[in-house]
Amino acid sequence: MLEFYTLREGGEAAELPAVTLEAFAGQSNATAVRIEPGEDARALLPHLDQVALVEVNFPVFGDGRGYSAARILREAGYTGELRAVGDVLVDQISHMVRCGFDSFAPDKPLDPALIEQAFTIFPNRYQKTVDPTVPIWALRHG
Amino acid sequence: MYQYDKYDQAMVDARVAEFRDQTQRRLAGQLTEAQFRPLRLMNGLYLQLHAYMLRVAVPYGTLSSKQMKMLAHIARKYDRDYGHFTTRQNIQYNWIKLSDAPDILADLARVEMHAIQTSGNCIRNISSDQYAGVAADEIADPRPLAELLRQWSSFHPEFTYLPRKFKIAVISSKQDRAAMRLHDIGIELVEKDGVVGAKIFVGGGMGRTPMIAPEIRDFVPFSEVVSYLEACLRVYNRHGRRDNKYKARIKILVHEMGKEEYTRQVEEEFAHMKTLGLDPPVAELERIAAHFAPPPYEIGLSDEIDLSDRDFAVWVDSQVAPHKQPGYAIVNISLKPIGGIPGDASSAQIDLIAELAAQYSFDELRVTHAQNIVLAHVKKADLYALWKALEAADLGTANLDLISDIIACPGLDYCSLANARSIPVAQKIAQRFSDIGRQKELGELKLKISGCINACGHHHAGNIGILGVDRKGVENYQLLLGGSGAEDVSLGQITGPGFDENGIVDAVEKATEVYLANRTEGERFVDTYRRIGMAPFKEALYA
Repeated sequence: MLEFYTLREGGEAAELPAVTLEAFAGQSNATAVRIEPGEDARALLPHLDQVALVEVNFPVFGDGRGYSAARILREAGYTGELRAVGDVLVDQISHMVRCGFDSFAPDKPLDPALIEQAFTIFPNRYQKTVDPTVPIWALRHG
Repeated sequence: MYQYDKYDQAMVDARVAEFRDQTQRRLAGQLTEAQFRPLRLMNGLYLQLHAYMLRVAVPYGTLSSKQMKMLAHIARKYDRDYGHFTTRQNIQYNWIKLSDAPDILADLARVEMHAIQTSGNCIRNISSDQYAGVAADEIADPRPLAELLRQWSSFHPEFTYLPRKFKIAVISSKQDRAAMRLHDIGIELVEKDGVVGAKIFVGGGMGRTPMIAPEIRDFVPFSEVVSYLEACLRVYNRHGRRDNKYKARIKILVHEMGKEEYTRQVEEEFAHMKTLGLDPPVAELERIAAHFAPPPYEIGLSDEIDLSDRDFAVWVDSQVAPHKQPGYAIVNISLKPIGGIPGDASSAQIDLIAELAAQYSFDELRVTHAQNIVLAHVKKADLYALWKALEAADLGTANLDLISDIIACPGLDYCSLANARSIPVAQKIAQRFSDIGRQKELGELKLKISGCINACGHHHAGNIGILGVDRKGVENYQLLLGGSGAEDVSLGQITGPGFDENGIVDAVEKATEVYLANRTEGERFVDTYRRIGMAPFKEALYA
């Protein structure tokens, strides 16, 4: 069972202490930030070049605000590690990847076999998002 | 109608495989009910009072005969030989065994159907006008856009854990047969400078806080509709309330934030979204639209109908609507026989309707939000034979939009949320007004019953609405007057203290008497109510 899972090259967790978004605003040398569900990911956009890790917290899996936060960061060109933490379940992680997450630190460890299955079960996707998947409409129209 | 290509088929097949695996993990005890719950809900599987209920999506209400036959097969094989057509143009089965659910989804996938996102806090099945493609006043068939949006919303990664469920309706006529402005997003196709696009309304809904959606944009070109909707959904996903599930629908956000501020944020997000290449090319909408081309109508047919059979004439007068093609008619099949359960159909009836659609209506049929079925392309010359076949199967009731054409939720007979029974009240009212002459005398009168404040029976939108509540352990029914889910959309007002089960039937009758005593030439019930107001009704009800 995996307590940490990453899609990034190297495969090691960046061991950076993540500060809160509020603390980050007043602390010029931090390189890791943690975003809570109600917080505005866009507040980070002016500082993306100094950030190496963003943790997005999911206190409960049903709170989907973190999906928007992740996509906003990737749409703005953030290329650092984007980590989903908290109540992260295997049945959510393929959607998380499509929104730009590339690592996972779940409260409860994940079964690697089920992770593999989650990434392969759907052959294609209908929407264009921030991951490299070519949407079905583009496949249809070459 | 739309037919899956290899991509669409692969998506539903993958979903069946995924759910089969999840169900096996649940049955083997590897998943707890708490963990399994959100997964089964995403596949339309609810745990109700007595059994699992499976809700199957009927995208924009349109079905082929083959699909309809499969719905009958499922009723026969896995349920108690009937199904229930819903106010969202879907069908639900009330007596499903969990272990059968994956096989049912596999059966559905064989006829290009599914139960994806018929529950859960995600974008639900997209509803539309049951007269799509045949209404004389429509700008364009709304279903191609609805299908494009079905695909866009299926497994959308950002919008699967919204604050609450999310319902979209697409219409294209000035006459609104889909309660468009009572949806989270309502889309009306409009023409601007010779180009067809979408007018967008956001923040309507029923439930415990009913609201009519305000217009937030007068025109979005088809080439940008996906970006625009992504913007609407993102503002909602980020800012919609999650502290209280009863205040979590988008209508509350739009109301609390204000339409102007919500619109401003959507426009800002839209300007950004447009740059991301999220919209399918117009060629994709054209590809889909080709599936909805008009069927090969015969030309030069007569518009004459032989009405010498009196009962047939009564049925034609009530159930048949004009079609844009000469010689053809739209037929409404009532699922509201007097004393029946609104929206229920036996597997034999579902099979028969499928066969009649194949024989008389180019193999296609529609489910309406009023829980009836439409055959959209019937030759006028075939109407008599069709009516005879319907009559023989207890499907020939003539009551479209009359007082016994009742919308009712399943209520306390089935639903774990309900406070009161809806079905027996619907049955008693229909029986009280069973005389067709009396119903016709009352004219258009839309009566809608919900068994709790969640309003699945659309009571706010009824010309007469009934809301079942629990008063100190006793079922009690409030009466509402003046609602409408049509183009003259309005919300009903509560008359005053509620009634018991028999009292509510008397109260409805009294309200109709006030109407009959006060109406002027040509006025419908709702028109008279709007003119004379609540006072005369209250006086009669509580004298």
